[in-house]
Amino acid sequence: MTLGKLQNLMGLEFDIMFKDNLSIIDYGIGNIMSVRRGFEYCGANVFLASTEDEILAADRLVLPGVGAFRNGMDALIRLGFSGAILAKAQSGTPILGICLGMQLLFSKSYEFGETYGLGLIPGEVVGISRTSIDGNSLKIPNIGWRNLRSGESRRTWKNTLLEEISTTDEMYFVHSFTAVCEDDFNSLAKSEYGGFDLTAVVQSGNVYGCQFHPEKSGDAGLRLLNSFIKTT
Amino acid sequence: MDIKGANLIKSVRLEGLRILGQPNEFALDYYKQGIDELIYMDCVASLYGRNSLSSLVSTAIENIFVPLTVGGGIRSIDDVFELLRAGADKVAVNTAVVNDPQLITQIVNKFGSQCLVLSIDAKLNSKGKWEVLTESGRERTGLDALDWAIKGAELGVGEILLTSVDREGTRQGFDVELIRLISESVSVPVIASGGLRTAQDFVSVIKETSVDAVAIADAFHYRRLSVNDIREAAKSHGIRVRHYV
Repeated sequence: MTLGKLQNLMGLEFDIMFKDNLSIIDYGIGNIMSVRRGFEYCGANVFLASTEDEILAADRLVLPGVGAFRNGMDALIRLGFSGAILAKAQSGTPILGICLGMQLLFSKSYEFGETYGLGLIPGEVVGISRTSIDGNSLKIPNIGWRNLRSGESRRTWKNTLLEEISTTDEMYFVHSFTAVCEDDFNSLAKSEYGGFDLTAVVQSGNVYGCQFHPEKSGDAGLRLLNSFIKTT
Repeated sequence: MDIKGANLIKSVRLEGLRILGQPNEFALDYYKQGIDELIYMDCVASLYGRNSLSSLVSTAIENIFVPLTVGGGIRSIDDVFELLRAGADKVAVNTAVVNDPQLITQIVNKFGSQCLVLSIDAKLNSKGKWEVLTESGRERTGLDALDWAIKGAELGVGEILLTSVDREGTRQGFDVELIRLISESVSVPVIASGGLRTAQDFVSVIKETSVDAVAIADAFHYRRLSVNDIREAAKSHGIRVRHYV
């Protein structure tokens, strides 16, 4: 919770506490109730944004989502949300994409043909290899709990979404496609599957994304959601 | 967790239901013990064509922050939508997709592979083949479990929950042969269910098959084992499980 100072007419200063506002973009894709509950558990004041105006009015935005990239992007465009999200990103509003929501932040995806994304994070979304690095067949989707480790270019998680996360904490992943950052500096954390390093958490300025589901990752995931409210 | 009405129940070979208590009380206890995922199955919904799970799910997600798979009586895209909207992450289907395999494609196209679990209840028949049962074990289908698993994976299900009806609730250990056959033949993750008695049964099924996860009901519900017992057994045999403190 944010602590604010308020001066009354007598010139006396006292602390007030107000709840952190956060809006979840409701575009008909994904399990928004769990995301909502996760943030409420962390003390946030959660709104569902189901119009362009509600998105534009948000203090913080969360873009959830599961399913196919094209369906998600089509829905954002059809509802007129993509322009509003881009405008908010530009104006510095903290944005967190979760799972498909993270992938939609990227430039484009190759799931069911080439599809353009929001382009907030340069890079592409490609299928996870069906063969592990040592040549064994790899089950797809990648489903399960995996730990995170820092990217090559981002050695520390201090003052980021991951400041309360350790490399032994595990998060719940379920995905068949994976994002590849053009600029490795945007890759805040990776997780391993079949010997490959897959993008797990991204950050470019005020735009964040995580491939896993923090709202389904127990206590560790809740700490991440809490950090999104507290550090942004 | 098998559900009947408002109660958690447990059966033996999908028969003889015994009432155990409030499902969400058990669920919260398992969450606190560090369970990876919970599966809710309404075992009479399919028979009566109804679905009472939504309210149970929306209550569960208030305090439980791990994935929830929900199944039983799902017949349509609308049923899936309702459960996902209530807070389920995945739905498990059996009877409806055996009757109409195209429903798999429809669900996958709309919600994605990651949210569809194919539940297969398999029973060894007199010809020595594993046959798919529907309606919570009440109906035979003549369908071969291996053929059906392969077809389901091709149609796009994200996971297979494989239950041995012969072992379900019997505490005789997993049907390793069935689980090995299916888990080695499909490219999607397989969850083994039915028969776990000891933590060693968990170790054996992981070591001896290509299964990706294990579902436990009886041993946890009757508190014969804790989640930590399974975790410790796994660690001592070099099986990677989620780090939980």
